Amino acid sequence: MITAALTILFHGLAFAMVLYIVSVGLGITMGLMNFANLAHGAFAAAGGYVVVVATRSLGLPFWVALPAAFVVVALAGAVVERLVVRTLYGADELRQVLFSIALLFMAIAGFTAAFGPLQQQPEIPAALSGQIALGGVEFPSYRAFVIAAGVVILAALWLLIGRTRIGMRIRAAVDNRNMAEAIGVDTRMLFTLTFALGTGIAGLGGGIGADVLSITPTYGQEYLVLFLIVVAVGGLGSIFGPFLAALCIGVVDVAGKYLIPEFGAFFIYGVVIAILLAKPAGLFGVRS
Amino acid sequence: MPRPTVRVEPVKRLSVPHPGAAAPSTWRGLAMGRTGSDLAIAILLGLGALATLAFGESYWLLGSQVAITMIFALSVDLLVGFAGIVTLGHAVFFGVGAYSVGIASVRLGWTEPLLGLLLAAAVAALLGAATGVLVLRTRGLGQLMLTMAFASMVYEIANRAKPLTGGADGLQGMVVSPILGLFDFDIFGLTAFLYTLAVLAAVVVFAVLMTRSPYGRSLVGIRENRVRMQAIGTGVQKRLLSVYTLSAALAGIAGALLAQTSQFVGLNVLHFSLSGEILIIVALGGAGRLWGALLGAVVFTLFKDRLSALDPAYWYFWLGLLLAVIVLFAPKGLIGLVDRLLAAGRPKETA
Repeated sequence: MITAALTILFHGLAFAMVLYIVSVGLGITMGLMNFANLAHGAFAAAGGYVVVVATRSLGLPFWVALPAAFVVVALAGAVVERLVVRTLYGADELRQVLFSIALLFMAIAGFTAAFGPLQQQPEIPAALSGQIALGGVEFPSYRAFVIAAGVVILAALWLLIGRTRIGMRIRAAVDNRNMAEAIGVDTRMLFTLTFALGTGIAGLGGGIGADVLSITPTYGQEYLVLFLIVVAVGGLGSIFGPFLAALCIGVVDVAGKYLIPEFGAFFIYGVVIAILLAKPAGLFGVRS
Repeated sequence: MPRPTVRVEPVKRLSVPHPGAAAPSTWRGLAMGRTGSDLAIAILLGLGALATLAFGESYWLLGSQVAITMIFALSVDLLVGFAGIVTLGHAVFFGVGAYSVGIASVRLGWTEPLLGLLLAAAVAALLGAATGVLVLRTRGLGQLMLTMAFASMVYEIANRAKPLTGGADGLQGMVVSPILGLFDFDIFGLTAFLYTLAVLAAVVVFAVLMTRSPYGRSLVGIRENRVRMQAIGTGVQKRLLSVYTLSAALAGIAGALLAQTSQFVGLNVLHFSLSGEILIIVALGGAGRLWGALLGAVVFTLFKDRLSALDPAYWYFWLGLLLAVIVLFAPKGLIGLVDRLLAAGRPKETA
């Protein structure tokens, strides 16, 4: 009984942290720029592929591959933002949704052409490939690392958004963009930076979470519903909201699949619908 | 003198013809401007259908697929283009329609096709009304999410309810009786093609009449300015719910047609990618224009048939590229290009 509860909690937490790391950037960019980016998952997949290539083909250590994934994907995000996303700020929702779907489809085709349709697994360092004992139960230590990484990223983002000047500008622009511009915040630059940061963290999440959400070309489409759920339930423009939403969804999903496997992912959707109906702006939403 | 009554003024960026243009009094008026594009596309599509009937024996099966996609596209255009409700889960109604006739045939032995269409429309409409009440409470991202969440939920149910739906293996062994007891489905797909064309024609007439009616105009009004429509006394929520239900029923009919003509129902009829594709089709053709959606459905289905035969991965790339180009450079879709073409070809007689 206790073993079951521990197992559910542990794997639920690991799943939740991957969901959080990938989705948090989406929530910030959506809250800041009102851009519905359905291609967000493709950036996460790109990060996963960077880690795969770095550890498998280039033989780089895992600890170098992770920052590389962040940097490469953040740069790609900045380029995409500068070239096209920028022209769609303020366009109607349908055009944004369609454009990001277009991006997603091209990414899927590109990943398939480059890496083939099968799942790719990064090389994990020996230190993380063993088991650790928690409360008398053995757990894979890599997943413990995933949980720790989620908490570290939450803390880092909290410091960045809550304690630095740039974070202050981001918060100001989320709350009231016109006002922020009026007092001299360069929102153009801020948008590019935030988009790059959001996609970069997603790339990091793709790399870290390859063990939980496997890296395939259709990654961005398969898990899109989950990422959007985390953001919509957590609230746009918030850092803690998606964290709680991811926790809730991760644990409920793992518990549901463990205890009543015949219902599958049914529970998640039930919970989401209930939350969105009670609070349309999400749990911690600045705006809906 | 101020106007005696408040009325909705046609907004400049309105992408559908305003009431004056919707009922041109002369043929000359009809040949000009937007209605001209509609007419041109209608003639083109009609000729295409006739040519396929007469000469394209090997395309009859594809033809019925095109007709089904056109019905589905119309249902989504009514919702997205006219009423301004963005949905990423409309496949749920298509799929529920398909499964309704499939399950009725395989599990209950109800094989009459026309009654099957009614059944599918009714089931999809019921689901549409039930989920619509909830979906329409929110707007923007929340709405998008709810449509996706409901669709994912139904997908999951269909996947798990193996005894009823056949799960991932699909629903096999569907039997469909001859239409009206007279026309049996043949192996070349001629009956299927004519049958889907007939249903398509009925749906098109219905949709055209509906969008030109005061009810249809009020939907455009809600899309353009909800607050003002509310202020002049329109029951906004009621109208949105009714169009949501109606659109669900039409999508259900399209799904039922697919099940009947292919005599198989698989989980793909409920999948997210179908919801995405149909939204793409509407945007490709031109959202808010019925003939645009119809043209988009034809172009898309033919392209898909050609390109995905080569390699599905290629198809995704070309689809993405096409969509990006449309969004960035031709936001009014193919019908917007037809508009421009006709305007360029016409001598400028009015200064």
